[in-house]
Amino acid sequence: MKVLVPIKRVIDYNVKVRVKPDHSNVDLANVKMAINPFCEIAVEEAVRLKEAGNATEVIAVSIGDKSCQEQLRTALALGADRAIQIEADGDLDSLNIAKLLQKVVEEEQPQLVILGKQSIDSDNNQTGQMLAALTGLAQGTFASEVKIDGDKVNVTREVDGGLQTVALNLPAIVTTDLRLNEPRYASLPNIMKAKRKPLDVKSAADFGIDLSLRTKVLKVTPPAEREAGIVVETIDELVEKLKNEAKVIS
Amino acid sequence: MSILVIAEHDNSTLKAETLKTVAAAQAMGSNITVLVAGLNCQAVADAASKVNGVSKVLLCDNAVYEHQLAENMSLLVTELAENYEHIVATALTTGKNFMPRVAALLDVAQISDIIGVESADTFVRPIYAGNAIATVQSLDAKKVITVRATGFDAVATDGNANVETLDTVCDAGTSSHVSDELTESERPDLGAATTVISGGRGMQNGDNFSLLEGIADKLGAAIGASRAAVDAGFVPNDMQVGQTGKIVAPDLYIAVGISGAIQHLAGMKDSKVIVAINKDPEAPIFQVADYGIVADLFDALPELESKL
Ligand SMILES: Cc1cc2nc3c(=O)[nH]c(=O)nc-3n(C[C@H](O)[C@H](O)[C@H](O)COP(=O)(O)OP(=O)(O)OC[C@H]3O[C@@H](n4cnc5c(N)ncnc54)[C@H](O)[C@@H]3O)c2cc1C
Ligand SMILES: Nc1ncnc2c1ncn2[C@@H]1O[C@H](COP(=O)(O)O)[C@@H](O)[C@H]1O
Repeated sequence: MKVLVPIKRVIDYNVKVRVKPDHSNVDLANVKMAINPFCEIAVEEAVRLKEAGNATEVIAVSIGDKSCQEQLRTALALGADRAIQIEADGDLDSLNIAKLLQKVVEEEQPQLVILGKQSIDSDNNQTGQMLAALTGLAQGTFASEVKIDGDKVNVTREVDGGLQTVALNLPAIVTTDLRLNEPRYASLPNIMKAKRKPLDVKSAADFGIDLSLRTKVLKVTPPAEREAGIVVETIDELVEKLKNEAKVIS
Repeated sequence: MSILVIAEHDNSTLKAETLKTVAAAQAMGSNITVLVAGLNCQAVADAASKVNGVSKVLLCDNAVYEHQLAENMSLLVTELAENYEHIVATALTTGKNFMPRVAALLDVAQISDIIGVESADTFVRPIYAGNAIATVQSLDAKKVITVRATGFDAVATDGNANVETLDTVCDAGTSSHVSDELTESERPDLGAATTVISGGRGMQNGDNFSLLEGIADKLGAAIGASRAAVDAGFVPNDMQVGQTGKIVAPDLYIAVGISGAIQHLAGMKDSKVIVAINKDPEAPIFQVADYGIVADLFDALPELESKL
């Protein structure tokens, strides 16, 4: 069975992003970029399925400009077999991404698509669910465990009240949560090997999809700053302040 | 201009967050219908009928909606969507699961996790873990929106809407529910509590969370955690506060043994008053705390409990 893993190039999670002075967007110039952490978990899960003999091929796909090839090479170094870059400039909303991925699913016919639950830049949490709708497949979002069981997959999901397990007909769509696995580091030999693995480049324009944006960002502003507080010396002082100054306890 | 709000519930009670989602809907327009889809959930529909500003409640009570599977919920909502310009749900795990599916089936974008409404088509939402705030206009005729409840004040429950029963059965047949493993707790819900006390990696193990419990008992607080505490297995996943966990904004948030990574701050920095207990004076949590105390938590927590 083939596993398709859509990955996104995003700002490194350690970087605190700044808003441009003209409030047009955030400033990504010279900012460290990386593979979206949830996508890294998705790659790891696909590779483990292959190592366990459940999957035969792992294909990583990314939609973006040429720079996302760097993250595709990372996925190849982590164990993906081949990669596809869909060349697209500028921002696309999740619906457009899902429509392009739908075409890839039609062409590649994977049994499982594993995405991240959320991009840490847009914080959208949409693409996997949208892809599931467009392909008519079942979805297991926010997965903390994925178990192939014949022609079904059991997915344990992190939900507000705890955990929920659902059984999905294959092919299916899964999105990863933080506890699904702990991604490995790419070894130097694997990084070298990844350079020779196939990476196909396609153009988004060739897919014949209307990719016009359905949302318009009017402005991007910095969040309200909290005023610096004080350091208290003793618990007595803390309790006194909470009672009499902040008035949040009685 | 009609609005469909999908109720967040567990088949027996209407989640408090729905009252905040209705507040967001009121800022978008009028003529609000609430959909309650589930099994044996008449009590939820009755509660929804009392929500201020709601003109009608649609009750869809059928086994296919018992667990609100995304495949079935999205078919139902899409079928109802024709009559509404805005389709709105709370950005909790149920709404986050099925709403993007609804948007894709309707061929429109979704605007996730809004914290403000500028007009019927323009919304405010945090991006980059709350380090930037975007004002976004929807260009679609139909708007599919999820609401971050902490961005809005709950509406009153003095209404009296009619409950209409629907017998639409949407069963995609592609997924089924296997089991739930829910965390039992007598404490208030993290999302609804007015006081939250959270522990991080500094707590060292799960047993030490009992140090937080005594304080939580005295304050009527909910208990939360950082990702590190959940990953380490100290506490279950539903306690994680942050960018990719739960978003809370209580009157009082006490962070214990938590360094204050941006992903954690994203989930709690809109709390009214923040207290930090940490032995490292350089910990970033002190930059957002109203009251910080540089101390070993194993000394500070027992003393705090005894003095409350
Ligand atoms: C994709 C992604 C998503 C994430 N989502 C979230 C999220 O939703 N929520 C979240 O919380 N994190 C999230 N994180 C993780 C985040 O980056 C941090 O790693 C995490 O918040 C750290 O948790 P912590 O503060 O408990 O641990 P640490 O950073 O290790 O801090 C422990 C603190 O405890 C203090 N301490 C230790 N011992 C004592 C003692 N005896 N007394 C007093 N203080 C003590 C230390 O001084 C230190 O400041 C995410 C990360 C990624 C990559
Ligand atoms: N440009 C992209 N290319 C490939 N996959 C993407 C892209 N954008 C989003 N995804 C996938 O969709 C997931 C969720 O993203 P989002 O809906 O933007 O929060 C990500 O973790 C990726 O797996």
